[in-house]
Amino acid sequence: MDVLDVAVRVAAVFVAFLLLPLLVGQLEHKVMAHMQGRVGPMHAGGFHGWAQLVADGVKFVQKEDTVPEGADRRVFQLAPALALIPYLIVVVAIPLGPGGAVGQVVDAGIFFVLAVLGVGILGSLMGGWASANKYSLLGALRTAAQLMAYELPLLLAAASVAMAAGTLSLTGILAAFEWWWIPWQLIGAFVFFTAGLAELQRPPFDAPIAPEEIIFGAYTEYSGLRFAFFLLAEYAGIVVISALTAVLFLGGWHGPFSDTLGWLWMLLKTAALSFVVIWARVAWPRLRADQIQSFAWTVLVPLALAQLALTGVITVVIS
Amino acid sequence: MSYGSGLAKGLAITLRTMTRRSVTQHYPETQPELPPRSRGVIALFEENCTVCMLCARECPDWCIYIDSHKETLPPAAPGGRERSRNVLDRFAIDFSLCMYCGICVEVCPFDALFWSPEFEYAETDIRDLTHERDRLREWMWTVPEPPPLTDAAEEPKEIAAARKAADRQAGAER
Repeated sequence: MDVLDVAVRVAAVFVAFLLLPLLVGQLEHKVMAHMQGRVGPMHAGGFHGWAQLVADGVKFVQKEDTVPEGADRRVFQLAPALALIPYLIVVVAIPLGPGGAVGQVVDAGIFFVLAVLGVGILGSLMGGWASANKYSLLGALRTAAQLMAYELPLLLAAASVAMAAGTLSLTGILAAFEWWWIPWQLIGAFVFFTAGLAELQRPPFDAPIAPEEIIFGAYTEYSGLRFAFFLLAEYAGIVVISALTAVLFLGGWHGPFSDTLGWLWMLLKTAALSFVVIWARVAWPRLRADQIQSFAWTVLVPLALAQLALTGVITVVIS
Repeated sequence: MSYGSGLAKGLAITLRTMTRRSVTQHYPETQPELPPRSRGVIALFEENCTVCMLCARECPDWCIYIDSHKETLPPAAPGGRERSRNVLDRFAIDFSLCMYCGICVEVCPFDALFWSPEFEYAETDIRDLTHERDRLREWMWTVPEPPPLTDAAEEPKEIAAARKAADRQAGAER
């Protein structure tokens, strides 16, 4: 592994990390608009508003970067970076195609990815705590409660796949993948994707953000570029959760002509799942904080355990 | 209704809406389809104005400015009485104050004020929103004829009166 190889891989991961969340953001603008009978941005950049998010970025850069008077300055200013960077690190470990098309092969890939994903939530928690604002604190604590509740089904569902493949490596899981895993792991896929959605605080699990009741929760006091980083972290999170679901449950790059078109299959599956994330936001109302909790403990955890049992039995039978 | 069917219905409705054409009117590129009797700007038909000041007095935010003077006309017949007449000097509406209630149009007893659907008269200087009488007179050319209330309604009385007059004139010429 020479320096050039590392440089190319890091650059590719970085470009993907900067580009894909923007594409998902633009997709959200347009899909949400059309689902509501509107057209969304039409003017920025000329053709159907393709440069809307670039224009938004320019706007955010121009805005004043304020810090509340009673805030814990250092923690407050560090929080957006802590929310964003874990997703960048996760992208490194997600395989794009067959034959080493991955930023870095990590042996305990699932562990690595899920552990780093959990760190991102700390950004919201720090931001909410340091803001010296009760709504921010409410949002941050709801975020923390949600993380506690949904990390368990997320891990159990991922463990089911690891058990089926007999490896913790993401590339290893894809190498062992068979098409009939999709119906076999269907419940696990549902649990993993739903729990991922909840960890991202995306609707219908967005009680920690809830602009109408607690005014964007932990992000109330943020403005300018730091607020933009939180938004970017949300879209990066959509990309990461969709990509992980695609890798673990939908076979990642597997598909017709996967030798040459593997990367395309992976991107298509990720895009389709991102569409579902957006679709859920448009179609469904927000759950209350207590409904979010009871959904995790009374629906997702039992389902994940059932999937784990099913996976265990079938693995023993076929081996 | 079974449990969770609402969720499926929500997904179905949003997906169906996405595949249909959006209802957005692309305004700067195409002109909007305005409903009849749209309130865009107020036009002044100053030939009908008698400076009775009803509009200026009824205006809730006092945005109509009227100046006038009296002229005396010589008697129509020798030995008759001199007639006095109001002459309009200034008629202006400040559209930065106007709230488009249309009371002035309603109260005008001589049909000198009309609604026009034109709305593109934004200005960069607020003082330019005060339209003087020449500009208010120009808006008159954009006033549409009043649409019938329903398909079977009688035609508007302005048109009926004009047609009756035209018919009478045509009958006299024959």
